[in-house]
Amino acid sequence: MSTTTPVEDTVAAEEATKHRKSASTAAKEGLSSRWGSAAALVIAVLWTVPTVGLLISSFRPEADVKTTGWWTVLSNPSFTLDSYRSVITGSDVNLATYFVNSIVITVPSVVIPVTIATMSAYAFAWMQFKGRDTLFVAIFALQIVPIQVTMIPLLTLYVDWGLAGRQAPGGGFWTVWLSHSIFALPLAIYLMHNFMREIPGELVESARIDGAGHVQIFTRIMLPLLKPSIAAFAIFQFLWVWNDLLVALVFAGGNLQVSPLTVRLAELAGQRGEDWHLLSAGAFVSLVVPVLVFVFGQRYFVRGMLAGSVKG
Amino acid sequence: MTTPDKLIQMVIACALFFGVMAVILLLTQRLKSRSGERVQVAAFVAPALLLVAVGLLYPAVTTIYQSFLDRSLSESVGFDNYVKIFTDPSQVKVLRNTAIWVVLCPTLATLIGLVYAVLVDGSRFERLAKTMLFLPIAISLVGASIIWKFVYDYKASDQTQIGVLNALLQAIGVDTYRFLLTEPWNTLFLIVIFVWVQAGFAMTILSASIKAIPTEIIEAAKLDGVGGLKMFRYITVPSIRPALIVVLTTISIATLKVFDIVRTATGGNFGTSVLANEFYTQSFRAFERGLGAALGTLIFVLVLPIVIYNVRQMRKLEATR
Repeated sequence: MSTTTPVEDTVAAEEATKHRKSASTAAKEGLSSRWGSAAALVIAVLWTVPTVGLLISSFRPEADVKTTGWWTVLSNPSFTLDSYRSVITGSDVNLATYFVNSIVITVPSVVIPVTIATMSAYAFAWMQFKGRDTLFVAIFALQIVPIQVTMIPLLTLYVDWGLAGRQAPGGGFWTVWLSHSIFALPLAIYLMHNFMREIPGELVESARIDGAGHVQIFTRIMLPLLKPSIAAFAIFQFLWVWNDLLVALVFAGGNLQVSPLTVRLAELAGQRGEDWHLLSAGAFVSLVVPVLVFVFGQRYFVRGMLAGSVKG
Repeated sequence: MTTPDKLIQMVIACALFFGVMAVILLLTQRLKSRSGERVQVAAFVAPALLLVAVGLLYPAVTTIYQSFLDRSLSESVGFDNYVKIFTDPSQVKVLRNTAIWVVLCPTLATLIGLVYAVLVDGSRFERLAKTMLFLPIAISLVGASIIWKFVYDYKASDQTQIGVLNALLQAIGVDTYRFLLTEPWNTLFLIVIFVWVQAGFAMTILSASIKAIPTEIIEAAKLDGVGGLKMFRYITVPSIRPALIVVLTTISIATLKVFDIVRTATGGNFGTSVLANEFYTQSFRAFERGLGAALGTLIFVLVLPIVIYNVRQMRKLEATR
């Protein structure tokens, strides 16, 4: 996959010094520049070729994909959309259904934790109450809990509450929505709290003097100012949920009605490992959305990453 | 459920959630008195506290307790599950694999990310070059595994190859190789996939730190006649030390929990299982629930010190910005 979209504007804009001689350019001058460029080129090619190979294969006819290497397209070009047709609508693979599931899973799993985290981050940053700092540290500390440790008891709770299974309200989606929301919260609250503390205290003070309550300050001052930060975390959470396999496997519990693309693809890779025309097209069906979100949201994404939003 | 049904469920869920939140905000909006403020605080904090307590705290404590129970969670077995993890040959292999992953992944990804960040810095193609390394971050680990399974594809030596690597081997006249099936090297080929995904993350963080090194330091070093590799070794690397540590520890944590790659590429067969995959297999496939809980707890125990160290370094890194 290659794209000419600007990379991480934020980094370039915020961090780049105008001086041409950064430490690394100086270092590079010493490393013979020709060898340096060659090494960079080799890495870049190694990082791109695997994806390009699969992308090309997804457009080749089934017989070609299975019998000749994708690099032979140069001598024998023939392209078709058959593979995409059979993975998206073909009754045996039917990725369209799973695509819908992925969307249905992802939207609430982003909206719910982002909202809850922003609200509680506001309380931790700008409201006075007893035990505030202790509570904040406690929530932050919960980041250390790997999701594996929580899965079985959480699943038992869902079953006891009647949230799991086909007959459950929401058709079984609630278990996945709730799990993703819960797992996102500690990091989300911590990040939103940091972003919120960057807003000058005088702004909040003067609003209070003018008689604004917390709800007004939150909705009229904080939310508009925090839009970029909220976008940064939302993109992170989006990619995390869309690309997740483990949470979906465990909490959708093999119920294909509510399983996302990743679960179906992992299954295909296991059962039909030699059907490369299906696997290649299937992989790209699942990649399209996150890559688009990533490319258009790169500015926010890098900002979030530099702020430490890398889920452990 | 049909597609419209699902979409309706999604809309209902979001509407329900926003409705509840809006009602909370509206109801508490007018409160000004001292006790009113307390209600406001509760309204803002309670949803998060409730979810975290029920969804993280309670389950974590329960799992640690269950790690001392038998497979159906009915009787206590003391430390037997843990003894099994450290003595049973197949479990010891899981530990060995996990150790290899945790040593190699962070080191390789950071090294490649660092070298690449230095090499492309200030070049004409910097943006494009960075995107190429960065893009795998957006791809799911399932997708990444499929991409690489295709690279590793195996056909017998006398047949036409469709995998790049075996085609290369064939071209130079070497027997084709079962990259994902041949123990013990298959673990290394799985690690390559994760390094491929993580190097872009390392590069981005490190590149930002490199650009933030004060020019005075570099100029001063140049006046003293420092250049080339020496500059890299004595100025660049020490200057970005906190960022290097954050990157190394962050990738270590992610590596300890790596599941999707092993699951998709080999299913944990052929001696490639790691802790997170073994946790899933034992808990949800073999129904060895006590052992599964012990494996989960072990991940917790291993991750704990790295996370604490990571957070401390992150604070330092933020302080220097």
